[in-house]
Amino acid sequence: MGGQLLEMQAIMKSFGPVKALDGAAFSLESGEIHALLGVNGAGKSTLIKVLSGVYPQDAGTIRLNDAELALNSPKAAKKNGIYCVYQEVDTALITDLSVAENILLDSFAAAGPLFVSKRNIHVRAREALSRLQSDHIDVEQKVAQLSLADKQLVLIARALVHSAKVIIFDEPTAPLSVHEADKLFSVIRALSSQGVGCIFISHRLPEVFELCSRITVMRDGRHVAEFDTAQAEQQQVVEAMLGRALSRELQHVEAVQDTLLKVEGLSDGRKLKEISFTAASGEVVAIVGLVGAGKTELAKALFGAAETIRGNVSLGGQSLRLKHPADAIKSGIALIPEERRKEGLFVHESIETNASFPNLRKFSGRLFMKKAEEQQFAQSIIEKLKVKTSDTKAPLTHLSGGNQQKVAIGKWMSLDSRLYLFDEPTKGVDIGAKVDIFHLIRELAESGKSCLYFTSEIQEALGISDRILVMCDGRIVKELTREQATQERILLYASGGEEAVQTAHDTRKSHRISV
Amino acid sequence: MEKKLSKQHTTQEKVIGFLYKYGALGLLAIIILYFSSISSAFFSYGNFTDILRSISIVTLLALGVTFTLVVDGFDLSVGSTMSLSTVFTASLMVWYDLPLWLVLLLPLVIGVLVGLFNSFLIVIVGIPDLLATLSMMYIVAGLHRTYTEGYSIYNYMPLTSGGTAPGEMSSAFLWIGQGYLFGLPVPVWIMLAIVSVAYVILQHTRWGRVFYMTGGNPEAATLSGVNVKKVKTIAYVVSGALASMAGILFTARVGSGQIDAGAPLLMEAVAAVFVGYAVLGAGKPNVLGTFFGAAVIGILLNGLTIQNLPYYAFDIIKGGVLVAALAVTYVYAKRRFAKT
Repeated sequence: MGGQLLEMQAIMKSFGPVKALDGAAFSLESGEIHALLGVNGAGKSTLIKVLSGVYPQDAGTIRLNDAELALNSPKAAKKNGIYCVYQEVDTALITDLSVAENILLDSFAAAGPLFVSKRNIHVRAREALSRLQSDHIDVEQKVAQLSLADKQLVLIARALVHSAKVIIFDEPTAPLSVHEADKLFSVIRALSSQGVGCIFISHRLPEVFELCSRITVMRDGRHVAEFDTAQAEQQQVVEAMLGRALSRELQHVEAVQDTLLKVEGLSDGRKLKEISFTAASGEVVAIVGLVGAGKTELAKALFGAAETIRGNVSLGGQSLRLKHPADAIKSGIALIPEERRKEGLFVHESIETNASFPNLRKFSGRLFMKKAEEQQFAQSIIEKLKVKTSDTKAPLTHLSGGNQQKVAIGKWMSLDSRLYLFDEPTKGVDIGAKVDIFHLIRELAESGKSCLYFTSEIQEALGISDRILVMCDGRIVKELTREQATQERILLYASGGEEAVQTAHDTRKSHRISV
Repeated sequence: MEKKLSKQHTTQEKVIGFLYKYGALGLLAIIILYFSSISSAFFSYGNFTDILRSISIVTLLALGVTFTLVVDGFDLSVGSTMSLSTVFTASLMVWYDLPLWLVLLLPLVIGVLVGLFNSFLIVIVGIPDLLATLSMMYIVAGLHRTYTEGYSIYNYMPLTSGGTAPGEMSSAFLWIGQGYLFGLPVPVWIMLAIVSVAYVILQHTRWGRVFYMTGGNPEAATLSGVNVKKVKTIAYVVSGALASMAGILFTARVGSGQIDAGAPLLMEAVAAVFVGYAVLGAGKPNVLGTFFGAAVIGILLNGLTIQNLPYYAFDIIKGGVLVAALAVTYVYAKRRFAKT
């Protein structure tokens, strides 16, 4: 390991009233591979964006090789040798250009000679790729023809031609296969042996322990812990990521009845692999997974909104044919989608129009709309779900996120749905509305409905559910009862880890991960 | 200082909002007052029924465009479809001497087929609506010229194969375009009937709601159980059928199958729909607005004709009206979205 390369101290960054970073810190030695961990919303991405010049920090210092930097644009960051390999590689590549042109793209974009020597850029591109042990990539072919893993290598090569000092890997392994990930690790190791400092972000703990020498954990925009990987337990890291546990504030009435939903071997040919589970009437089942685990895909598949699905879904003993959401609605399924403004609501329309839409027949005679009944129903949703508005005719754009979400839930109340699918229902919702939504879901369960609660917020899942299914990479990897579930265990399984057999006298140390 | 600024801001906002809501109506009043003041012939019952008759065909086309815009599509092929229907209707009578009911039915079938093909390209193949219907516009225009071999169709016309055509336009058919009923021209009755039906369907029925929601947010509509593809298909079929009705009406009005009859009307129809966006601040395609837009354009052209403006300058006026309507709509939309 070399000396200190990068030092970020007391970084502050607010977006309006929200403090995204509140005294974040990070340091990196040259030739080091340093992991940056934290749960969703801990401030990792913001910190990375500050470092790569996308957002200027409100306060705090960034020093590179003991010189203070003012990174007020991505260009300034690149000029100082700080490069980022984003998870969505396609946004950073121009797929119609050749590999070589993409690798040297930044030198075209900047002022330079007007004429470009093809031979010259091919030589320079080959040189960069061979430093990555990736000579198999033909520099003259179009990027569009490359695999995802090779596209990442092109991005890394782009950083190398500009003699990068720091390369940030933002969840690079999420879309890769195991073999491709291994190849990437050897590239990252090669980079570090050449003195490049690597920042590695991942949700998968095993690979962090395999690859990185140090781990920095962030929570609530702060630097909370730093570990030497050789001496750290995965358990400690997970605890640092989570902080204190949220107490269970919701009353659980045991009202679980007969099995209502039965899913067997559900696959969509892309993300979902052989998913089987059941849910009973009166039960709230949380389906927990990290971002990209396939929760939304599962919710959509159950709602008939997936392109092709294999496997069997039955509701109340009847096998369902889910070709279109209309089929799902008819069989008594309701979906509150994750992207409510895009998928759940007509934001330029009124509460009345939104509320009556899933069940227009109820609010019309043979053909004509009964506008008085629509208004009455909208009024009943406002009262029942405590929506903060009095005007049933005002467009939804006037409502806050939480109140919009209540309308997105309330619009299903005119149907006699038996199964409710909630996909991240508390996303972008303030704490008051959140509590209202939790109570509403419990009420639905108590009245005999079955609720599936898809979330990446582990604490929410623990608070609301009767049973927890953990998803990872399109599979359900573990089922936990309320009593068995702890934040640590859920995060462990959601990150792709596995528990060793528990010993009776010391359960804490038993959380081992086999890689 | 800051307070003053914000106050200015809100008054400005209010003025813009007021103009957006009542500007189109005010403009129409000003146009009518102006033409009335300079020409005594303008403000008369006879002239106004003339205006209504002259806009009846464009209104049908514009209603078709309205339906496609409601589902967030667009139909540029309505003009060509009308041309095809015009010559086809005439040919059924003049060339084939068919009974009246077939003469009225078969062109509608053609219009429905064009609509189905449009929706096939847009919904199934996935070509963007503007490009798909632009292509169809040329295909259909070419079809109708090929069908007549480039000639207009009139009673007992000489045929290229030798001899003369066997049929003529029946007086019952011509009555549709030229007759009067209760003091109003028949085309005006037809227009009023179709405008009312379209208005009731789009504003007051379940179907109308489904149409508007599909256009407003197709993903949310799908996840609420709407078959978006089916709804879009219906909109294009309605548009094709209305365009062929316009063609039938045109043939009956003129008494012959003029070639390229619909081409100049496309622009007028589109302008009428966008003028309609601004009527009473609707901000979206709507039937009454479309009718109003067609009326504004009709009154403007009528008044300018009385003023002896040459007909070849009319496109300047039509284009100008379209630009003005679009400017109002988009400036207002930009403000509305900027706020949210």
